Amino acid sequence: MTYSESHGSPKPPSMRTPLGRVRNLGAAHSGTTDFWRQRITGVAMTLLIVPVLVVILTLVGRNHAGAAQILGSLPIAIILLLFIIASIWHMKIGMQVVIEDYVHSEKLKLASIMANNFFCVAVALASIYALLKLSSGV
Amino acid sequence: MADFALPKNSKITGGKTWPKPAGATETREFKIYRWNPDDGKNPSVDTYYVDVNDCGPMVLDGLIWIKNHIDPTLTFRRSCREGVCGSCAMNIDGQNTLACTKSMHDVKDGAVKVNPLPHQPVVKDLVPDLTNFYAQYASIEPWLKTTTPTPQKEWKQSHEDREKLDGLYECILCACCSTSCPSYWWNSDRFLGPAALLQATRWVTDSRDEATGERLDNLEDPFRLYRCHTIMNCAKACPKGLNPSEAIAELKLKLVERQM
Repeated sequence: MTYSESHGSPKPPSMRTPLGRVRNLGAAHSGTTDFWRQRITGVAMTLLIVPVLVVILTLVGRNHAGAAQILGSLPIAIILLLFIIASIWHMKIGMQVVIEDYVHSEKLKLASIMANNFFCVAVALASIYALLKLSSGV
Repeated sequence: MADFALPKNSKITGGKTWPKPAGATETREFKIYRWNPDDGKNPSVDTYYVDVNDCGPMVLDGLIWIKNHIDPTLTFRRSCREGVCGSCAMNIDGQNTLACTKSMHDVKDGAVKVNPLPHQPVVKDLVPDLTNFYAQYASIEPWLKTTTPTPQKEWKQSHEDREKLDGLYECILCACCSTSCPSYWWNSDRFLGPAALLQATRWVTDSRDEATGERLDNLEDPFRLYRCHTIMNCAKACPKGLNPSEAIAELKLKLVERQM
């Protein structure tokens, strides 16, 4: 019985030594920045969630003019902007972690990470644009 | 994608039920994973009955009893039979542990279910192929690295610094923790796993070592280290009561610390 039959793997065994396979391309010397940023944005969202909920509840039932008036306040607009930036940054890193965990095809992984970046930037810009537009009373 | 299902030829099919030992007044049922690389068949789960009055209390005693009295082809690793060598690590009743320190009487419901350590290639029956696991251990270079000329007598270490190694040096490399970790299941080719990382922490923490920064450099990687999401299966599985996730958190903290 061949290795691939006995181990259920379609790939033939590598002739590299086990240590060579483990060392592979070496360490990327990165990851700490994302790890730390994930914590910072997490703490930021924890601090911001209560004021954000208060703002959202205040907005419930208001018309466009009423909403624009509330969001025209500088502190309120800044709280919402900070929340948008923190949450979307957190979402981007979190999704990338999920992709790296489960998507093993190199091409699909690169495409997914790229799509994740595009999506997060698009959502962030759309949210910030909408908020600025409302805050400035347009 | 990560493989969530077993390959076709690894699916468990059927299994033999061996007769109860003649004259036994009290028996314990064992359901044991069997796979032979030479017969071309899929794995199976065989059922055995152990005469508990003729056998020691541990799961390993049961396995040895089966091998001696019922089926000499049953294959498993064992050596010290006292939780020191780590050879008899296997999955018992759904939990990775050492067969020599797990009492069969602690398995409450029904049969004692014994499987090889999860998500490793199987050599035969309960023997997993740990080649990659050992290579990962070698990759963290588990020895004292110094540039200062070796002192005439010894490398000195304060009592306080020696105490920092407690909870790290006791690891017996049984692989219970790494093979209980889903991140290791999905990415064992790149994630070093809790055992190797706990050992890495042991050398990063050692006050006598002069290669701390170099060691951290070799660990700072989205896959080697940061696949750990601190779900703590490793700490739950460890038969020596160690906490690899805490050790890994220590490494992450040191990496953040050197950036601040």
